[in-house]
Amino acid sequence: MSTVNLSKITKQFGSVTAVKNLDLLINEGEFFTFLGPSGCGKTTTLRMIAGFYYPTKGKVLFNDKDMTAVPPEKRNTGMVFQNYALFPHMTVFENVAFGLKVRKLNRTEMKKRVEEVLKKVRLEQYMDRQVSQLSGGQQQRVALARALVIEPDILLLDEPLSNLDARLRDEMRNEILRLQRDYAITTIYVTHDQVEALTMSDRIAVFNMGVCQQIGSPIEIYNEPVNDFVAEFIGETNLLPVIFEEQADKQRVYRTQDLDVSIYVVDEKPHIANYKDSDELVMSIRPEAVQIVGEEKEGENILRGEVSLVQFTGASVHTYVTLENGVTIRTTDLNKGPSIYLQEGKKVNVQLPANQIRVIPKARM
Amino acid sequence: MLNAQKRKTILLLIPIILVLVGYVLYPSIETMIESFKRNGTFSLENYQDFFGEKANANLEALWNSVWISLLSVFFSALIGIPLAYIFNRYDFPGRKFFSSIAIMPIVLPSLVGVMAFMYLYGEAGLIPNMIKDLFRLSEVPFSIGGISGILIVHAYTMYPYFYMTTSSALNNIDPSLEESAYNLGANRFEVFWKITFPLLTPGLVAASLLVFMVSMASFSAPFLLAGGFRVLSLQIYFSKMNGDLEMAATQSIILTVVSISFLLFMRWYQNRRDYRMASKGIGAHRSEVNNPFLKWCMVTIGILAMIILLLPHATLFILSLVPEGGWTWQTYPQIFNLDNYRLLFDDPNIWDPVRNSLIMSFIACIGVFVFGIITSYALVKRKFVGKNLLDILVMIPWVLPATVVGMNMILAFNKASIFSFGHILVGTFWILPLAYFVRFIPLVVRSTTAVLEQMDDSIEEAAQNLGAKWFYTFRRVVIPIIMPGVLSGTLLAFVQAVGEFPTSVLLYTLGNRPISIEIMNQLRMFNMGQAAAYGMIQVGLIAIVMIISSKFFKVKADNAL
Ligand SMILES: Nc1ncnc2c1ncn2[C@@H]1O[C@H](COP(=O)(O)OP(=O)(O)O)[C@@H](O)[C@H]1O
Ligand SMILES: [Mg+2]
Repeated sequence: MSTVNLSKITKQFGSVTAVKNLDLLINEGEFFTFLGPSGCGKTTTLRMIAGFYYPTKGKVLFNDKDMTAVPPEKRNTGMVFQNYALFPHMTVFENVAFGLKVRKLNRTEMKKRVEEVLKKVRLEQYMDRQVSQLSGGQQQRVALARALVIEPDILLLDEPLSNLDARLRDEMRNEILRLQRDYAITTIYVTHDQVEALTMSDRIAVFNMGVCQQIGSPIEIYNEPVNDFVAEFIGETNLLPVIFEEQADKQRVYRTQDLDVSIYVVDEKPHIANYKDSDELVMSIRPEAVQIVGEEKEGENILRGEVSLVQFTGASVHTYVTLENGVTIRTTDLNKGPSIYLQEGKKVNVQLPANQIRVIPKARM
Repeated sequence: MLNAQKRKTILLLIPIILVLVGYVLYPSIETMIESFKRNGTFSLENYQDFFGEKANANLEALWNSVWISLLSVFFSALIGIPLAYIFNRYDFPGRKFFSSIAIMPIVLPSLVGVMAFMYLYGEAGLIPNMIKDLFRLSEVPFSIGGISGILIVHAYTMYPYFYMTTSSALNNIDPSLEESAYNLGANRFEVFWKITFPLLTPGLVAASLLVFMVSMASFSAPFLLAGGFRVLSLQIYFSKMNGDLEMAATQSIILTVVSISFLLFMRWYQNRRDYRMASKGIGAHRSEVNNPFLKWCMVTIGILAMIILLLPHATLFILSLVPEGGWTWQTYPQIFNLDNYRLLFDDPNIWDPVRNSLIMSFIACIGVFVFGIITSYALVKRKFVGKNLLDILVMIPWVLPATVVGMNMILAFNKASIFSFGHILVGTFWILPLAYFVRFIPLVVRSTTAVLEQMDDSIEEAAQNLGAKWFYTFRRVVIPIIMPGVLSGTLLAFVQAVGEFPTSVLLYTLGNRPISIEIMNQLRMFNMGQAAAYGMIQVGLIAIVMIISSKFFKVKADNAL
């Protein structure tokens, strides 16, 4: 087990900067996730940790030991590739035993450890199968077993679930978590799927265009995004451009230009992100925090509109309310029966509770 | 880490470049230099003689080569394309069987094929004489020889290029394209010319260029059939036999220039925008033929084609049963037995060429096997500057006509050089294995490259990540994965080396004469039975290799070309 410390890492491919000035400390035994849209530099970062790329600038440290120039085969990391990269000419046993064979373990010890790990991933009865005869989920487990059996200091997973269908993905998610807890191994997990990131991680680093935007626990990332990119990428949200109007008692007042109304926001850290005077600001509110109220209701942060679309998804109901100037606000409610299904075209008011709004700066590119 | 990678790449490249420079580039350059020499001093006289008025035999030979090749393309296409269309688009009884017969010409090595054609359709051939006897004619009604002979043999041996490219292109066309054209109101004729044919064109152009190159290089057919007719590849042989190495070199250079221009043209053409489709897993759609008349027409075409295609094989087999003296002045062979095969094992003189061929091909194949793996690996998995150049260098022996490769070897190794470790190789055993090695480098590199390209980079990285060093990974992971492709390529090179005639005839010595030379000798002594028995050995070997490749390595015969 080790910590991973990336210090001022930059990686360029010709003129493309894949990762820019990244600083990161991953703790021992932590489940750490790189999250971001495709092409944002997650794989590149992971491969620098594994040793397949050499950073243009900066250092990679494991437990304060400088690993920047150490070749991949000497790093003792266990990597699970997106396409699993199982050796097609070997059986399940041989695949898993490969890393042990390289480490010159004796036969009995090797057999014991392979059997043990295959039991852990519930594949003991497939030991002598050719890997091509396994299903996608089973191949995934072989890849995991192969990476775990060498008792790596760090487990690296690059979008391991992206080739599985939805149901299997759920199952494997729990499986990976269970194994990670069992082995208590420092794990770096790459994904573009925010649900995966939120449900599995101890901490998440959100990437965009080679720049790490925010590092934090799932709760922090979701509830207190640092900018509009993070707010929009993680979960659903409603964003409205605002400018600062005035400071009130325990509240700050912002003005939306689009709607020409004032928005009151509780003046506490969870609701006001750090920003500079030069930043453009937006307010963000999650659909589940927006309340639909009757037409007659008066008060703070109440906006007039009409229901433009009602989407039924089973567990919840999405109601889209189009405001007078054409901006659409999305709201989400748990499905509590027909009483909450609104008629499209119905005139309603929406309320944006002052203690649910977060004002954030626009991401600087 | 960066430097370690670079070091490995350089270590890999050093032997590759040494071999390519020493045995491909240097011999070509020697030939080039020789072509600019007259009596040991620099001069342009050879080229003046080639193009000038003094020796218009050469120009005539060049011109003949060109139009023979153009006609070969035309006739091969004329046979190959319709056959492919019928066998792939219509379903009728025996379709599968006929279509597997259609590629049978490729199991006949060129010299053996030509020989079978001579005894089948030549002046004393079985078919013309049979017709003569049947209809009680005073003369044979027809016989092949000279230009017609060359063209017929070329069409027979080269139409599979068209057949295979058309078949695979037809099977890759998404049926919904044609169906949507029908749906939009086009009739059959319009659909073929506006949709199907344009989609086939890239493949057809490639096949045309290939056939053109192969017939420019063709040696066996003119050698046995040309009579007084001159083609360039044969002229090289004659110049060499007359001791005029300088003229032979000049002719080689001219032939090389023509061939390389075609290679470059082909590369350019293939790099243009390609609108082949990537859609996978579409079953070919065949219209079932319901009209009984049409159906039996097709079956008849199939049967006729099968008979014509297999007659040379049958002839070869029948001839191989005719012992020495069993067919002299008579119209038909008189005696049939297994003497020729028995002699192979009883008479060391008869067996020696077989042994020589097997040994020399084996040596050459070990060479291409190792060299092919390393070179393909470097080309596919390593990054370095000048990769394109290396790629071209590797492919040069593929474009060079075999006669030219032979001449290059003679001119480079008839004196001691560092690449021959200070020995003169011409006139020794080693020159032939070396020539075979050079000839078949591209074949193995291409088949290996194909499998390597399918192996994802992450496989190697996974091994490395698990702690394996580069060499261990290469040995335990890369090589086992690519082995089928390498082996099928090497086996193919092996059988082709066993059948190789043009370089053999330029370079053999009494001690290492291979099968093809002995076939030639036996034919000269009118012992066609023994020649055919040798031919049967080659055919048998090729058949075995094809079966192994398709059964064990899952490599289709089509990819073999
Ligand atoms: N080997 C490479 N050579 C050149 N550019 C690369 C290479 N690998 C990645 N890139 C570029 O770096 C950027 C980040 O890629 P990557 O790390 O693979 O993104 P992600 O894994 O987040 O989808 C992309 O713009 C990609 O095109
Ligand atoms: Mg990626």
